[in-house]
Amino acid sequence: MSLVTPEFGLLFWMVVIFGIVFFLLAKFGFPVITDMVDERSAKIAKSLKDADEIEARMAAWKVEQAKLVEETRRQQAAILKNATETKAKIVADAKVQAKAEADKILSEAKLQIEAEKESALRDVRKEIALLSVQVAEKVLRNELSDEGSQHAFIDKLVDEAGEAKLRS
Amino acid sequence: MILQFIISLLLWPMAEENYFSQSFAKNQFSSTFASPAPDEGAEAGEAEIDVGEIIFEHIGDEYEWHITEWKGKPVAIPLPCIVIDGGVHVFTIHHAQENGYTLNEDGKLVNAQTGKRPIDLSITKNVLALMMSSLLLLVIVLCTARWYKKHDALKEAPTGLAALMEPLILMVHEMAKENIGPDYRKFSPYLCMAFLWILLNNFLGIMPFFPGGANLTGNIAITLVLALFTFFIVNLNGTKHYYKEIFNPDVPVFLKPVMPLIEVFSAFMKPVSLTIRLFANMLAGHIMILSMVCIIFIMAKYGPLLGSSMTVVSVLFGVFLDALECLVSFIQAYVFTTLSCIYIGLARAHEE
Repeated sequence: MSLVTPEFGLLFWMVVIFGIVFFLLAKFGFPVITDMVDERSAKIAKSLKDADEIEARMAAWKVEQAKLVEETRRQQAAILKNATETKAKIVADAKVQAKAEADKILSEAKLQIEAEKESALRDVRKEIALLSVQVAEKVLRNELSDEGSQHAFIDKLVDEAGEAKLRS
Repeated sequence: MILQFIISLLLWPMAEENYFSQSFAKNQFSSTFASPAPDEGAEAGEAEIDVGEIIFEHIGDEYEWHITEWKGKPVAIPLPCIVIDGGVHVFTIHHAQENGYTLNEDGKLVNAQTGKRPIDLSITKNVLALMMSSLLLLVIVLCTARWYKKHDALKEAPTGLAALMEPLILMVHEMAKENIGPDYRKFSPYLCMAFLWILLNNFLGIMPFFPGGANLTGNIAITLVLALFTFFIVNLNGTKHYYKEIFNPDVPVFLKPVMPLIEVFSAFMKPVSLTIRLFANMLAGHIMILSMVCIIFIMAKYGPLLGSSMTVVSVLFGVFLDALECLVSFIQAYVFTTLSCIYIGLARAHEE
């Protein structure tokens, strides 16, 4: 039965050829491939771990970001409120100041007008007085021929002048 | 891949047809025209197909690689017979007589005078197939390794041959990692080698035409060498714990003398089981497929109707068996590797 009896020649060649191919592949073939593949699986494992870490960090960042946004919004509201207040204050202040200024200008103007009026009145009075004196002189020259009537007339004139002054 | 095997199966009977063309024609002639020739019986006897011989020729070994017949002449690759018998003799099988050798009933070279088998290191059909397939494997794996040297596997996915080989190598590598333990790296190349070698030769064995067709993994010498490689790797790398389990296991005292016997026996039976499992599976597959093909030629004798209908049946069965063989090829390569892996794992066991 040649089927179940191993042939020496074939045994010999199988040992030699399989041995040589095994030696060559174990040295230059399989380790190159398996090392690369292992390296790659290690890299993939590391990348997955890194990705997980990054994801966790991103989640933390998101929380932090939300917090920041919230705070910023609060600050913004505060600043806006502050600004509104300041604006109102400035406007009020300006109003007050403007009013004071206006008052001051008004009062100054009034004073000036008063003074002008005074001086104008004085001038008018002086003029009137002069005119009166001239008129009086003329009248008196005509009427006051005697001394008594001259005196009565003078008194009367003075009284009238005093009354006029009081009225104005 | 299956398609390829279907095609090869269809080609197989064509190749066989040349073998039988003469007898086939005679049969056709006698059955269709039923010529009342007086020597009809003699002719029918001559046309008798010896299925056993055909099958054994295919699964056995030869001193030349008979490929087909072309115009009545055999087309064969002549192979050198190398015989060591008080000196080295090299000749082809056609010149065996001149060199004082003849073939015995098993088809092996024997000394014509003494009738004894010399040391026969002939490059037979199986040895040539072994050389070619080993060279093919060498080229395939080195090309794959070259890809990994030339490319950065961390940045790009493997392409071409590397993409084909990587899953296979990775599968065995992972298997070694799971079964052997921390120092699996040392054993992974052997397991990859065994797996790929068996797988390649199983597939080449199913291929019915020239580069394939040799029944390597269905040859007991081949599977024996493979199993012995595993045996030596297992036992040369055995830990103290492994040898203690064999020679002084933790068993009750009355079992102490028996256990080492059983353990040693089992250590030697492991390679035997590896040998026979692979050998028998592949041989059985080859015989089944060849039998299916032979049915076509046996049935041709019983007329065109039966002959052609049985041809359809046997081609269908042949396709089924070829597909089955593809599966078995993979499974047997896988089983051999897994068992080798487990044996190595057991030998590398450390005390818990």
